[in-house]
Amino acid sequence: MRRLILIAVPYLWLLAFFLVPFLIVLKIALSDYNLSIPPYTPQLDLSAGWQGIKDFYDALDFENFTFLTSDDLYWKAYLSSLKIAVISTFMTLLVGYPIAYGMAQAPDEWRPTLMMLVILPFWTSFLIRVYSWMGILSNEGLLNKFLLWTGVIDQPLIILSTNTAVYIGIVYTYLPFMILPIYAALEKLDGSLLEAAEDLGCSRLSAFWLVTFPLSRSGMVAGCFLVFIPALGEFVIPSLLGGSSTLMIGKVLWEEFFSNRDWPVASAVAVVLLLILVIPIVLFQRNQERQQEAER
Amino acid sequence: MPQKVFAPWDDPQEKPLIQFKNVTKRFGSFTAIDNLNLDIFEREFFALLGPSGCGKTTLMRMLAGFETPTEGTIQLSGKDIGGVPPNQRAVNMMFQSYALFPHLSVWENIAFGLKREGKDKGAIETRVSEMMRLTRLEKFRNRKPHQLSGGQRQRVALARSLAKAPKLLLLDEPLGALDRKLREETQFELMDIQEKTGTTFVIVTHDQEEAMTVASRVAVMDEGKLVQVATPDRIYEGPNSVYVADFIGDVNIIEGRAHQTGDKVQVIWSESEPPLMATTQKNFSLDQKCYMAIRPEKVGISADRPTAANALKGKILDIAYLGNISTYHVELPSGHVIKAQEANTRRIARRHFTWEDEVWISWTDTAAVLLEQ
Ligand SMILES: Nc1ncnc2c1ncn2[C@@H]1O[C@H](COP(=O)(O)OP(=O)(O)OP(=O)(O)O)[C@@H](O)[C@H]1O
Ligand SMILES: [Mg+2]
Repeated sequence: MRRLILIAVPYLWLLAFFLVPFLIVLKIALSDYNLSIPPYTPQLDLSAGWQGIKDFYDALDFENFTFLTSDDLYWKAYLSSLKIAVISTFMTLLVGYPIAYGMAQAPDEWRPTLMMLVILPFWTSFLIRVYSWMGILSNEGLLNKFLLWTGVIDQPLIILSTNTAVYIGIVYTYLPFMILPIYAALEKLDGSLLEAAEDLGCSRLSAFWLVTFPLSRSGMVAGCFLVFIPALGEFVIPSLLGGSSTLMIGKVLWEEFFSNRDWPVASAVAVVLLLILVIPIVLFQRNQERQQEAER
Repeated sequence: MPQKVFAPWDDPQEKPLIQFKNVTKRFGSFTAIDNLNLDIFEREFFALLGPSGCGKTTLMRMLAGFETPTEGTIQLSGKDIGGVPPNQRAVNMMFQSYALFPHLSVWENIAFGLKREGKDKGAIETRVSEMMRLTRLEKFRNRKPHQLSGGQRQRVALARSLAKAPKLLLLDEPLGALDRKLREETQFELMDIQEKTGTTFVIVTHDQEEAMTVASRVAVMDEGKLVQVATPDRIYEGPNSVYVADFIGDVNIIEGRAHQTGDKVQVIWSESEPPLMATTQKNFSLDQKCYMAIRPEKVGISADRPTAANALKGKILDIAYLGNISTYHVELPSGHVIKAQEANTRRIARRHFTWEDEVWISWTDTAAVLLEQ
């Protein structure tokens, strides 16, 4: 009985906060736009009994999904999001790996402090941190002031409202998600493996490439997914730091919902986004399982 | 043609391959290796023996280049190797923890060092196959380390360190996880390799029988110091201290006071028993405290009083039957228990003695060793 409860809790959680909302969104995606509150038909009329459900069911169609393919805004937005997510994931990896490596190499007594520093930004609201980047990157921002002062440039750099700012924002925001799994993998690494590699003729550098790097692969893969998945649907960063040319599906979604108030189309966009995300999530799960197997 | 005995350590002309000169290694305030001097010669099979934590692995790690001595120098072929990084030493080490690469297969693990040398594919394949045959790993070629048993892992580690055929091989407990039969076979393989290639071996072992079998010389360590370094027979027959006598093999230690005349010593050890006789090259002052060490197999056991220099009467307390031999624990009237060993030349049912029998134990005056400490 206790076992049953233990198993049931996570499933109930998923049911309540994932499956039910998803079904609602899916239902809206299959409805039609209408100037009403809420702005779509059909409404489920339970008072009409069985007939009501049947009418409701018959009125559902895939119109909105077909619509997504007719306007190239949508697939361009998906592709552009994919591109931004891939590039920023890669950049996060480039920045995160050395930091994780440095943490793993640091003396034992330093590690908790370093770990603390990595997760410290979470103590401030995400929104505030993104706003502060606006202050840093804008034309009269701190970065430009500093660069002008040092004389490296004589014209302010235009960073804010470009894709560069979006990349900076994503890398900054998701860096801890990259660092922590890589650090976990590196920290577990047995130092005698590196000694063995050196003993067998490796230089420090080749020992890194032949031993450390492959053995931290699962951490890197985990980190990449943890960054890629939220970055793909990111909305706040592109709308605050990006410009009008920054096309991301999260932004399109938001505009459909709140500017156009076309809930059915917006829901269709969301459903497709979710389907796209299922692929990396499944791959991520695989990676975790494989790693667990290797550790046994 | 008489074969020349391999004993470079007795030849002052001979240059040692490895020389430890006043080497001390400290970890913080803890001294792991204490002012150690040691010469190891080319083509030697050198065994390190000692209790857990006495510094054997530390000694090896200094040779491989993973630890630097706090004081003193280590020379390899006459050159100080203090600043030479591990990958540039012609030394390979088999790690006590094996340190197998978990992401590589058995084959790739063994080939790792060869690939770093930039050997061509064919040569690597031949060499790895040879190593796998030697260690009986052919069947596991494509397995990852986590899919192997403990003994199989140990063999991979051994094969990996042997593959590069280095000048000096350091083996940290290389055979501990193998079953007896495989261990003996591998010991002979190692000796064979050593003879064929002329590699110098330094081997750590907890199995003194193994040390006796394979080693040209054995070093007994205690708390970072070398207590005795000698050939297996000399260590066994002529230990220099009670510690070594006790550590290597089984021994009876009788404490007493020495009365020396020439090379003969009377050991007064009990109020009620006559003194024991022993010969020695050492000099003991009158009434100096001394220890008589006598191996059980050198103690005879009989029903009638024997004529040997030392004969004591006692009662059989216990018999340990080991198949080929039996060890008799004989209690003397003074309370001392002396172990005597006999080969079981008869079937067990027809054994001479049994529990509670009154027997005589005896040994000659040259059988025992007199120790000062
Ligand atoms: N890196 C280190 N830091 C501190 N102390 C150490 C370190 N390495 C070894 N020691 C200590 O040095 C002593 C000798 O260690 P070593 O590993 O050489 O022992 P050993 O003779 O190989 O023992 P065993 O037979 O158990 O393998 C031990 O007391 C150990 O605790
Ligand atoms: Mg050890």
